[in-house]
Amino acid sequence: MGLITVSPSPHDHSSESVPKLMYGVLIALLPAFLVSVYIFGIGTLIVTATAVISCVLFEFLIQKYLLREKSTVKDGSAVITGVLIAFCLPSNLPIWLVILGSLVAIGIGKMSFGGLGNNPFNPALVGRVFLFVSFPVQLTNWPEPLTNRMVYLDATTGATPLALMKEGMKNGESITSILSDIPAYIDLFLGKMGGSAGEIAAIALLLGLAYMLVRKIITWHIPASILLTVAVFTGILWMVNPDKNPDPVFHLLSGGLMLGAIFMATDYVTSPMNVKGMWIYGIMIGIITVIIRVFGSYPEGVQFAILIMNAFVPLINKYIKPRRFGERLEDG
Amino acid sequence: MRTFRLGGIHPPENKITAGSAIRELPVPEQVSIPIYQHIGAPPKIIVERGQEVLVGQPLANSEGFISSNIHSSVSGKILKIDNITDISGYKRTAVVIRVDGDNWVETIDRSDKLVKKIESESQEIVQTVLQMGIVGLGGATFPTHVKLSIPRGKEADYLIVNGAECEPYLTSDHILMLEKTDEILTGIIIMMKALKVEKTVIGIENNKTDAISRLKEHARNFEGIEVQGLKVKYPQGGEKQLIKAVINREVPSGGLPIDVGAVVFNVGTMFAVYEAVQKNKPLIDRIVTITGKELADPGNYRVRLGTPISTLIEAAGGLPENTGKVINGGPMMGKALNSLDVPVIKGTSGVTLLPREEASRKEIQNCIRCTKCITVCPMGLEPYLLMSMGEKEMFERMELEKTMDCIECGSCSYICPSNRPLLDYIRLGKVEVNKIRRARKN
Repeated sequence: MGLITVSPSPHDHSSESVPKLMYGVLIALLPAFLVSVYIFGIGTLIVTATAVISCVLFEFLIQKYLLREKSTVKDGSAVITGVLIAFCLPSNLPIWLVILGSLVAIGIGKMSFGGLGNNPFNPALVGRVFLFVSFPVQLTNWPEPLTNRMVYLDATTGATPLALMKEGMKNGESITSILSDIPAYIDLFLGKMGGSAGEIAAIALLLGLAYMLVRKIITWHIPASILLTVAVFTGILWMVNPDKNPDPVFHLLSGGLMLGAIFMATDYVTSPMNVKGMWIYGIMIGIITVIIRVFGSYPEGVQFAILIMNAFVPLINKYIKPRRFGERLEDG
Repeated sequence: MRTFRLGGIHPPENKITAGSAIRELPVPEQVSIPIYQHIGAPPKIIVERGQEVLVGQPLANSEGFISSNIHSSVSGKILKIDNITDISGYKRTAVVIRVDGDNWVETIDRSDKLVKKIESESQEIVQTVLQMGIVGLGGATFPTHVKLSIPRGKEADYLIVNGAECEPYLTSDHILMLEKTDEILTGIIIMMKALKVEKTVIGIENNKTDAISRLKEHARNFEGIEVQGLKVKYPQGGEKQLIKAVINREVPSGGLPIDVGAVVFNVGTMFAVYEAVQKNKPLIDRIVTITGKELADPGNYRVRLGTPISTLIEAAGGLPENTGKVINGGPMMGKALNSLDVPVIKGTSGVTLLPREEASRKEIQNCIRCTKCITVCPMGLEPYLLMSMGEKEMFERMELEKTMDCIECGSCSYICPSNRPLLDYIRLGKVEVNKIRRARKN
């Protein structure tokens, strides 16, 4: 007989692993990617490839030469960050800006805190917001859908539905006249609108959500609480004054809300650890998003809402505890 | 179908030996009977080196309330009373007996005839259970007579019998329910009499439909016994989870089943009680599942306590070349052995052999806060947090975070995608919190 191993129980382990979860998320991102390639063409391919390669490369280099630790690029989390950065950028953004955003995301957003598991903020959003506040012109220069498939930098551009809405309301136009300049809801649902590369098609993002739920990669609580809150909040505003406020369907289908609620806010590392906490986090993201969209000067607010709530996650985890077994009886 | 609500996992069941009939393991040439086989105080040895003993003769008497008697499982001569390695991995006192024939104490009824009529009164039953060295055979080995003595001010209205057998691989309870159905049911009636309760529910997981229907059918001839099928989910055999699943009551944090009016026994214990009270037979043997994917002839054996585990493995076809781990119990809660000479004891419900490729742990990675450990915890704890507190030696905080509620089922370590040793650190925390609590009392 050879040597036998002695270790404490359990002696069995599930087939769960970090790469398995991360590659599961990537599969869930695939439908949105395909729609984006269909709508924006070559630009999506260039921006996504650049972001993914930069994120993986920066993580590899930082671990090898700065931190001098074992490389973790194979776990797939840097690839996800890359895809998510590309998804919230316009598909006609110059390559150097994509690289810069990736560097900020991986270098500042992730590795400076100690890598995967230790970053308080969603790295992709850190990169995106850095670009957004530093290069506002380039970042709000959206290619027109369906007409620019073979053009990259010289794509013809137009405004997003949310920007049109904001602009129109500022000029005192009525909702109905603004909506006539905006694609029909069914087109918004299918992704035929201007916007960031991966945020456009609600149907593709929801498909990704369904996949992640079936595979048990995430639970439904965070996306549901965000979308529900946005629907209820904007629904109230719309019922109070339908001439001044667009209906909830418009809010749900436009901008980065779906992408944020499904793929950004659900980032494991930067979201709460139990169901009660997830509800608080999701509801607050929904409220802040609507406040920025309706009362703020930016047309879109979901990325800021998520980053703000990321900052509260440690606090939520500290004070919001899961239901303990035997708790109810103890209280009663 | 019923189950407990909070957490739980579905590890591969691997019940290779399900339905395999109980075989009698021949009495070995020599046994080592550890004196310490239960939770509580070790008993006092009452025999000497060189003495001849019979099967069923007492070797050690319980010391204090929470303790248990130990009997000889063989007849022969006591070679020595010495320290041997037991399942804990430590060296502890054992009586080593060289077997000579198979001569039993005369008062023991060795026939297979079912004795249904219960002559003993409540208090006599408690005495017999104590005398015959009965302890919980589900694995925890808590002395049974202690559970029969209900503290003042508490009252039991339910006896719950644990036939869940949620641990992967193990099938000893399953086969016992199939082969000793009426004996188990009689044992239950005996315990109902001792506890003065009128209702019993036997909880059995739904992967044992044959046992459920057989017990249901036979339970009609006994009064007050109900059989409840349960949805398969680990750790359903945990006392608190079983009570929740069967009668939907939650034992409060730090409390005992009796706080919600329940007393829980394993089906194996019920059979042992039957033999003790009706057949006058002390606890000298038990059903042990010997199992593993590469074993030639895995099965369920009736084994004399003190038999070396190596003898059991030989009977099952010998140790496979590719063996990486030998576990006393199953893969979720069992204890890895450091020697095959370790004897079978009262708490040995099975011996599981794992191949080399399943024996070692995978590389530990950063916690990615995926919340899976919280989702699966049947006690509603936060294993990731407890581990990080354990690493930082924040034991006072660990107490506040309910570390002591952990039932050590291992679901958290099982599910963790980063292969983090969550339960190791929680166990460390439990030891340290216990030290803190003792210091506080003094």
